[in-house]
Amino acid sequence: MIYLNSISQGILLGGLFALSAVGLSLAFGVLRIVNLAHGDLMTLGGYLAFITIEHTGMSTWYSFLIVVPAMGVIGYLVQRLLLQRALRMGELAPLMVTFGISIIIPNSLVQLFTNNTEQLPVGSLATSSIQVNSQISIGTFPLVTLGISIVMISALQQYLARTKMGRYMRAAADDSEVLRLMGVDHRRVYGIAMGIAFSTLAMAGILFGMRQGGVSPYDGQLTVLFAFETVIIGGLGSLWGTLLGGMVLGIAQTIAGQFSPELPLLVGHLVFLGVLAFRPNGLLGKPVLR
Amino acid sequence: MSSNIQILRSPKKAAYGSAGALLLFVALAIAPKILDQSITNEWVKLFYLVTLASMWNLLAGYAGMISVGQQAFIGLGAYGVFVFNDHGFSAYESGIIASIVVGVVAVPISFLAFRLRGGYFAIGTWVIAETLRLIIIRFPSLGSGKGRNIQNYTRDPILRNTYTYWMALGVAIFALSACFILLRSRFGLALQSIRDNEVAANSLGIKVDFTKRVVYVIGAMGCAAAGSVICIQSIGVASPNAIFGVSYSAFMIFMVLIGGIGTIEGPVMGALLYFFVDKYFSQSGLWYLVILGVIAIIATLFFPKGIWGEINARWNLSLFPVSYQVKIENNQNDSIHLSKKEK
Repeated sequence: MIYLNSISQGILLGGLFALSAVGLSLAFGVLRIVNLAHGDLMTLGGYLAFITIEHTGMSTWYSFLIVVPAMGVIGYLVQRLLLQRALRMGELAPLMVTFGISIIIPNSLVQLFTNNTEQLPVGSLATSSIQVNSQISIGTFPLVTLGISIVMISALQQYLARTKMGRYMRAAADDSEVLRLMGVDHRRVYGIAMGIAFSTLAMAGILFGMRQGGVSPYDGQLTVLFAFETVIIGGLGSLWGTLLGGMVLGIAQTIAGQFSPELPLLVGHLVFLGVLAFRPNGLLGKPVLR
Repeated sequence: MSSNIQILRSPKKAAYGSAGALLLFVALAIAPKILDQSITNEWVKLFYLVTLASMWNLLAGYAGMISVGQQAFIGLGAYGVFVFNDHGFSAYESGIIASIVVGVVAVPISFLAFRLRGGYFAIGTWVIAETLRLIIIRFPSLGSGKGRNIQNYTRDPILRNTYTYWMALGVAIFALSACFILLRSRFGLALQSIRDNEVAANSLGIKVDFTKRVVYVIGAMGCAAAGSVICIQSIGVASPNAIFGVSYSAFMIFMVLIGGIGTIEGPVMGALLYFFVDKYFSQSGLWYLVILGVIAIIATLFFPKGIWGEINARWNLSLFPVSYQVKIENNQNDSIHLSKKEK
């Protein structure tokens, strides 16, 4: 029964992992960029929320309305100004640029805000929970995060399937040169895709901070690995696979946590390596890795 | 119009280069007997930086494998010193044995890592490094999460520093010569063809995975040797998080990018530059790392060939050439130098 509780907690945590991985998946799918700064940008999102709260006194939930669009704009600009140039130079350059960003963000944050954790209060949701039976209780906040993740993934799926820009993005994923031949400005498509990726990762960053009780500068070094493991476990090129991957990782971590507080990270990594060894295309993925 | 075409491998400059390098190595080897130890002790860091940069360059610049997880092998090399030291070997012997063992360990790891390509390979290697760190800190005999000291080391500080210096220098020279010899061989040609186009290389009969695996293992051994030097110099590991830290990857990438990727000389220049930057600016807080990040981005976007690449493009000054040059002499007797390899 205790495992049933762990599993339900793991599923809820998995929602958060999935949300944090969607942006990584989209950036790779459309632009073929693996964003090494993904985790640090999540942390930046958390800090932007903290700054917003400090200056306006609004609740953390309302800060989404400011931070998420702001990060979207930042994503568009980073793509147009830095990564677009790097993309022309081959495979190495975009990786190097994102790695540079991943060094700049946490170290700047330490200098500006110290190493301490900055609070991102959840509000009244923090303590409320739904008691299913005597062993299983589901926290309202984790349930809300899972809900947000599922809504975001469905929305993104619909956006890619049904809108014009979504079609362009899928076309860019298949063959960006043909897209250009059709008279579409691929740079704009790329910029918007990166903007969406940054928006979703900002959401995930704030929610992650709220879950952990706050944000601290080096959180990104961990969250980038979670996001990446989620994508690979689920399988590249499948958004629902990403949700599944997040849940597998979440369940693995919460069950390991039952045994020892030191184990969740290690077991999470081992599950990832196991998937890599035995199902290299992920649980739901298409064979694109090789 | 008749013309003579010559294919050159080692122009005169390269002969000077090799002779100069040899003299420099000899001079460096006797330096601790002549100079004050406070000076030569600092150079140990320079030597392991040169080793790390050359190894990362071998992987990324010649085999197209961008790893942000080489700290896995730095950490294993450092911890390997404890393991073999506890079994009665001297710290220096332990470092050498550990590097070889890490090479063996890298073989199965490569099978996992090679499941991934490009950027995913990069993060995959990072996960592997984290996994190894989390496994190592579960051993109480290795100090758990708190690091530990070398038990059995040379007590006399002057002797110890001299030995450490020689080991660090030896590792650096070994790493550089290995790169040079490897890249001038047929193997190096295969490697560069893989970097430029894996599919084409494969269709020409090059064993892509095998070739990459050899390089990966050499890279692992080089980083392990550097890791054991780092461990021996400070007679232990202060924190597993630092020795397995991703910041080592940041420094390696910085050195190689600034110095010039895909050349033998570039990483050495990058290491020299980083050595001085670190010496004079590391006290000024983390802004210095921020600036390193900014410089790495600017270098990537605007000076992709790095310092050595720019020098080479201007004066054609390849001291350790691993590519071929075509020299055309036509009857007007003016000669044109063409670099066969531009990348």
